Amino acid sequence: MKWHRVCTAAALPPEYGVAALLGEDGAAVFRTAGDGLFAVGNVDPFSGAGVISRGIVGDRDGEPTVSSPMHKHVFSLRTGTCLDEPSVALPTYPVRYRGGDVEVGLT
Amino acid sequence: MTRTLVVVGHGMVGHRLIETLRSRDESGSWHVVVLGEEAHPAYDRVGLSSYLDGKTAADLSLVSQEFHTDPRVELRLNTGAAAIDRRNRTVTTTDGAVLGYDALVLATGSRPFVPPVPGHDLPGCHVYRTLDDLDVIREQATPDRPGVVVGGGLLGLEAANALHTLGMTTHVVEMAPRLMPLQVDEGGGHVLNRLIGDLGLHVHPGAATETIHADREGRVDAVTLSDGTRLDTDMVVFSAGVRPRDELADAAGLERGQRGGFLVDDRCRTGDAAIWAVGECAAVEGRCYGLVAPGYSMAETVCEQLLDLGDARFPGADMSTKLKLLGVDVASFGDAHAATDGALEVVYANNAAGTYAKLVLSDDARVLLGGVLVGDAGAYATLRPLVNRELPSSPEQLLLPAGGGVSTGALPDDAVVCSCNNVSKADITGVIDAQQAADVAGLKTCTKAGTSCGSCVPMLENLLTERGVSVSKALCEHFTQSRAELFEVIKATGITSFSELVTRYGSGRGCDLCKPVVASILASLGSPHILDDEQAGLQDTNDRFLANMQRNGTYSVVPRVPAGEITPEKLIVLGQVARRYGLYTKITGGQRVDLFGARVEQLPEIWRELVEAGFESGHAYGKALRTVKSCVGTDWCRYGVQDSVTMAIRLELRYRGLRAPHKIKAGVSGCARECAEARSKDFGVIATEQGWNLYVGGNGGFNPRHAELLAADLDEERLMVLIDRFLMFYVRTADRLQRTSAWIESLEGGLQHLRSVVVEDSLGIAADLESAMDEHTRDYTDEWSGVLNDPEKLSRFVSFVNAPETPDPTIRFTEQRGQIRPAPVELPVPTVRTDQEVSA
Repeated sequence: MKWHRVCTAAALPPEYGVAALLGEDGAAVFRTAGDGLFAVGNVDPFSGAGVISRGIVGDRDGEPTVSSPMHKHVFSLRTGTCLDEPSVALPTYPVRYRGGDVEVGLT
Repeated sequence: MTRTLVVVGHGMVGHRLIETLRSRDESGSWHVVVLGEEAHPAYDRVGLSSYLDGKTAADLSLVSQEFHTDPRVELRLNTGAAAIDRRNRTVTTTDGAVLGYDALVLATGSRPFVPPVPGHDLPGCHVYRTLDDLDVIREQATPDRPGVVVGGGLLGLEAANALHTLGMTTHVVEMAPRLMPLQVDEGGGHVLNRLIGDLGLHVHPGAATETIHADREGRVDAVTLSDGTRLDTDMVVFSAGVRPRDELADAAGLERGQRGGFLVDDRCRTGDAAIWAVGECAAVEGRCYGLVAPGYSMAETVCEQLLDLGDARFPGADMSTKLKLLGVDVASFGDAHAATDGALEVVYANNAAGTYAKLVLSDDARVLLGGVLVGDAGAYATLRPLVNRELPSSPEQLLLPAGGGVSTGALPDDAVVCSCNNVSKADITGVIDAQQAADVAGLKTCTKAGTSCGSCVPMLENLLTERGVSVSKALCEHFTQSRAELFEVIKATGITSFSELVTRYGSGRGCDLCKPVVASILASLGSPHILDDEQAGLQDTNDRFLANMQRNGTYSVVPRVPAGEITPEKLIVLGQVARRYGLYTKITGGQRVDLFGARVEQLPEIWRELVEAGFESGHAYGKALRTVKSCVGTDWCRYGVQDSVTMAIRLELRYRGLRAPHKIKAGVSGCARECAEARSKDFGVIATEQGWNLYVGGNGGFNPRHAELLAADLDEERLMVLIDRFLMFYVRTADRLQRTSAWIESLEGGLQHLRSVVVEDSLGIAADLESAMDEHTRDYTDEWSGVLNDPEKLSRFVSFVNAPETPDPTIRFTEQRGQIRPAPVELPVPTVRTDQEVSA
């Protein structure tokens, strides 16, 4: 697995997301309120548009989530599974802080 | 095979019949031709007097757009039936057309009874039945001049209300010793006489009209009563009962009832198996009914036969009545006159308050037989369904204000809750239990309960609560509060961040429901920029990028063009920007130009060019004021009576950027022709000769609705003040994503309550609402410039954080009619959504 620098930790405020050009169609990287980091695929599987990073971060029954801005499908940030439609999921990627930067791992 | 139904008469009952038939006739087995004698399609005749109090013919109309466009319904207005040929099954219309029928329904209604007293046909004598009658009365009425209404029954008081509304000095002449003798007993009648007298009307009970006198020009100038009284008057309105319109019977060989009306059996069928009669023209087993509810039951009965749904019989009529006349509540139900053998009466009269209540009980005082309520009919909704049932509590408890009335839980399942539409308690609880409706609006749609007189709406609310449908106001799993409650919390505590709010007053970390709501409230309460600090993460994507996301993840950009007025220079700039960035351009319904296909990273450059040319954000992305649409007004239009464009610009600039529970649209028309379609907007302003009329609560979209008149003939300053109050009250109290139309419907007391708050300041908050709006207007800044001038905000407008200039490879366009459009997308995972999830 290779780690790719995405941005500085400061460029990713809490409960916010950014899109990163990685892999085929990009990744959406989120920081949650407790400084948790998550990375999932940026393409909304219901519309094919690269918009997941622009969704609202929150939680559902304690599970950290992002809601796609296209049609409000809610995805688990941990597993990528769509909580409204569990047969659909986003890919997930490993992500870490490293020397003041945020990095995403790709195999 | 399609059969033809001809309906003669397009009144309330005829229309209900067609509506019901069309909603149930799934296979389209009937083609309907309806003849309406009046120029107007069916309207709410029960609410006729409101036509003189601000409502228009369109407000009163019962006819929906779907009805007009229904290919299986043919409406012929200004057309009556002249003859029926039963052998050949044809109807000849008054304009000579011959219509074949497989089934014929007579719904001709009734005509006002005019007593044959000398002078009854003089100029100045009128009847009170149709919109046309009211137009004539309105035209001839002179404020402060006397007018006489003959008849003090239900219809007579309606007519008296009309003359009173027109400012006339109104006399009511009633033969019986009290008003509304059919509905109200002696004790109630006395209270009613007094309440009506207190309003400045002159009641002449126990008197008949003997002669109507003419002046030298042959017009009405006085009336002599049987007790010798002579009343000078400009106008006489006969409203002393009705007679069924059964003229077609003789020539067609149809039998009449003893007291008139087409004689029908309990299936509403005449002697001819292909002909039915419904409503006031029908003598069901010999008896005519002058109320709309029995007419609706007849319509229902006939529908079921036409659709072969069973052997429906007219169930008999509940002659219960509740109405508000001249602001006075009157209700009468069941055996109001204690005609049952051995019936007991329990009376509670409060002369000081002007209320009278009577219950009629069985001889053992256990079963409720009927009652009369005057002055306060609040108990009607719970009492009427209890008729012929054992009392759930003592009569005092049921009647006295402190008793708190009766709970809906005590009602048996077959008790009729909505008598206008014959909906039982079981019908309603069935819908609730099947989860087909979870609020009053849903119940109205599913059952029609509460859609006519509305007196049962409090019962619907109680039933919902009792069935455990907590009409929960909780915003989402993170907040138990409603949006309005959160607004108050934030306003009172001065909290400025979502984190603090959710920590102190909620749970968890929020979601896409509560975050945008809180962002909107913070914006309404004066946050400098909606993307400041933590707020950026609260916004829906449209607000977060100050543009409207489209299906491929690109955005559209709409600069503000106040009132749709734009110089050629600015128009050219829009064209240049669109050409430079290859944007698809379309003119919007709100008189602006929408530029589509901008990528996130292009937005700031596009805005910069627009801002430099003098444009600003149009807030097309926000739950905020969108546009104020206008017609061209007096400057150019040869019909305009006011300068609608200047007014629309003034309004748009005052309210731009105001964050609200949902988007707000507005319109200004310079005359009654209404070219700006202002009455389809959240607030609409229409010019009159005297000033401006203000309409509120209009809507296009899913549930089209005309805006209703809030206040009339306002000068410019008063108009602005009322709109300030209206909008700020809406911003503070509406639910999430509730347009003004639904908000007004949800207010207890509806438009009247809104009027009392906004126009009469009944809550004493008007000054606060106005100053909040002043503050909003003072603090307004352009949101696009706010980003352009802030490097940190600007830094978020990139395609990828690690490759800011690289366009998103998922965005692809093709070309159509010389412009771009998103390329069709092949989805990576084919997904099928189930119905359940779609509706959730």
